[in-house]
Amino acid sequence: MASVEVREIVKQFGENAPAVDHISLTAQDGEFLVLLGPSGCGKTTLLRMIGGLEPPTSGDVVIGNHVVTHLPPRARRIAMVFQSYALYPHMSVHDNIAFPLRAQGTPKAEQEKRINWAASILGLDGLMKRKPRQLSGGQRQRVALARALVREPSVFLLDEPLSNLDAQRRASARDELQQFQRSIGTTTIYVTHDQVEAMGMGDRIAVLNLGTVRQIGTPQEIYDDPADTFVATFLGSPPMNLVERGTMLHGFRPEHFSPAAWHDAANPFERFSFVPHREEYLGAERLIYGEVGDEKVVARFPATTQLDFSIGHPVEFGVATRHMRYFDAESGVRSYETP
Amino acid sequence: MSAAAAQPYEPDISSTKRGGKAARRGVLYLAAIFFSVFAALPFAWMVFTVFKSNQDLYNGQNVPFRFNEGSPTLDNIRLLWNQTNYPTFLQNTVVVSILVVIITLLVAVPAAYSLTRLVGRWGENLGIAIFLVYLIPPTLLFIPMTRVVAVLGLKNSMFSMVVVYPTFTIPFCTWLMMGFFKSVPWDIEEQAMIDGYSRVGAIWRAVLPVSLPGILTVIVFTVALTLHEFVYALAFVTSSSEKPVSTGVTTELIRGDVFFWQSLMAAAAIVAIPVALLYTLFLDRFVAGFTLGAVKG
Ligand SMILES: Nc1ncnc2c1ncn2[C@@H]1O[C@H](COP(=O)(O)OP(=O)(O)OP(=O)(O)O)[C@@H](O)[C@H]1O
Ligand SMILES: [Mg+2]
Repeated sequence: MASVEVREIVKQFGENAPAVDHISLTAQDGEFLVLLGPSGCGKTTLLRMIGGLEPPTSGDVVIGNHVVTHLPPRARRIAMVFQSYALYPHMSVHDNIAFPLRAQGTPKAEQEKRINWAASILGLDGLMKRKPRQLSGGQRQRVALARALVREPSVFLLDEPLSNLDAQRRASARDELQQFQRSIGTTTIYVTHDQVEAMGMGDRIAVLNLGTVRQIGTPQEIYDDPADTFVATFLGSPPMNLVERGTMLHGFRPEHFSPAAWHDAANPFERFSFVPHREEYLGAERLIYGEVGDEKVVARFPATTQLDFSIGHPVEFGVATRHMRYFDAESGVRSYETP
Repeated sequence: MSAAAAQPYEPDISSTKRGGKAARRGVLYLAAIFFSVFAALPFAWMVFTVFKSNQDLYNGQNVPFRFNEGSPTLDNIRLLWNQTNYPTFLQNTVVVSILVVIITLLVAVPAAYSLTRLVGRWGENLGIAIFLVYLIPPTLLFIPMTRVVAVLGLKNSMFSMVVVYPTFTIPFCTWLMMGFFKSVPWDIEEQAMIDGYSRVGAIWRAVLPVSLPGILTVIVFTVALTLHEFVYALAFVTSSSEKPVSTGVTTELIRGDVFFWQSLMAAAAIVAIPVALLYTLFLDRFVAGFTLGAVKG
């Protein structure tokens, strides 16, 4: 077990803007840290530098208080699951899982014991003789995880391991993976661009954009207290509403946006003149799309709530002041003063 | 609503004419049969000729694909085997082929690997440049090569061929191998490095096994190129005991304007049949989707 830290790490490919631009962050011992960000923001590149597959342009990687920047991958005692699973196509499932053990020269009997252990944890018992091409996407992913697991590594690096599964399998795989990580307590860095995955699994989330960390914190901190408009609009579906007033952007979550009449006069709230345009019924909840001034905003209500306004007619809405978040209109950075 | 939408629904069956499927199948089989016959006829002709007596062969009225007059005979093979140096030629060819295959693999595989892994357009362009070398005709190159062979003291030795043949097998096979390496996902090499191997170990354990069809192809092509090479062998080797099959039989079985056709064909068939078998044996491996399932999708 070990903590993982990157210090001021940079990766520049050719003349392009840096793929990773002075990122510093730490995954504590045993922590499940999620790297979340849109496609192309540098998540994979950062993970590959931690794994030793990509030499950083500058900066350091520290694992368990040892600077490993110049050590090859095999010396770092990490396991990595690639976005593509990278199974060895010429080997059976059994041999794929055995591969890292053979590399370490683990005794044969011990190998079999560990392979059986990993296979039973991941439900691969009946598949040991198959070749990767005879497996479904979900099964391949489990083989990749089993192979990562058998070595009992100090650190897990997972690059979008669930992205190839259908929604149903993904939910259960998410659950299994998280339980599994909790039970073995290995420091895990998990890359995803799926915010539901990030919110549900991470002890902490680092939100990345354009090669920089925009915010790092618990899922709740990231959701409730976004550090800037990028984080505010990247998380939540639908994301935070932003309404420009003067030099500030006034941000609020759709679930906090409700008719002014419902608000208690004792609790201060901010008023908005809302024109609802369209209703979307989603089973457990309904979304009301509309405009404040000429900016699009969304309100979210539980499906069971009776709504006492009608589509197309302006209505006074409000948001409790404690739920308001303010951002500088120019830079998008969070401002902690109430305008 | 458009006019079409107002009509009751009808699937468009005009596109699936009855019998269309059978007709397509028929055409496919016809084409396959045509090309098989096209490819097999010369081969059959060769094999029939081997066993023909002179009177059968030299009568222009006779059909080449059956025995017309006189019974099939082994005399031609006997002549080839006992009255020429054919066994020595065969042995020389085998030795030269094996050595050339080894040299080619040792150079072409690492070269192709590094060229495919060379980032940017450099690798690709270099690969093409190397392939262009293969296209320079040996009829030009043998002149400077003669100097090289002389300097190495290999004149009139079969080892001159071992030195010279890699000049065309290596460029060709490097280019061939690059195609195979390109289809090997980088991921599995990196995965092997994560799993505990050095880069060389990862190549050995993960990349080469997956590229096995490519390596087999390289072997087969190198053998084939070596077998049918003629110009260099003719230019560098004159003594009968050092000749390969290609030049050996033509000098010994074409005496003035007398062609020993049956024995010549026997010489060709004895070499061609193992090569053909080698091809068919490995065909599955060449064609099999060998990287299927390496990456998702
Ligand atoms: N080997 C490379 N050479 C040049 N540019 C690269 C290379 N690898 C990545 N990049 C660039 O670096 C940036 C970050 O890529 P990266 O793969 O880390 O993104 P990502 O966050 O993992 O995206 P995704 O969610 O799509 O996987 C991209 O703009 C990409 O084009
Ligand atoms: Mg990625």
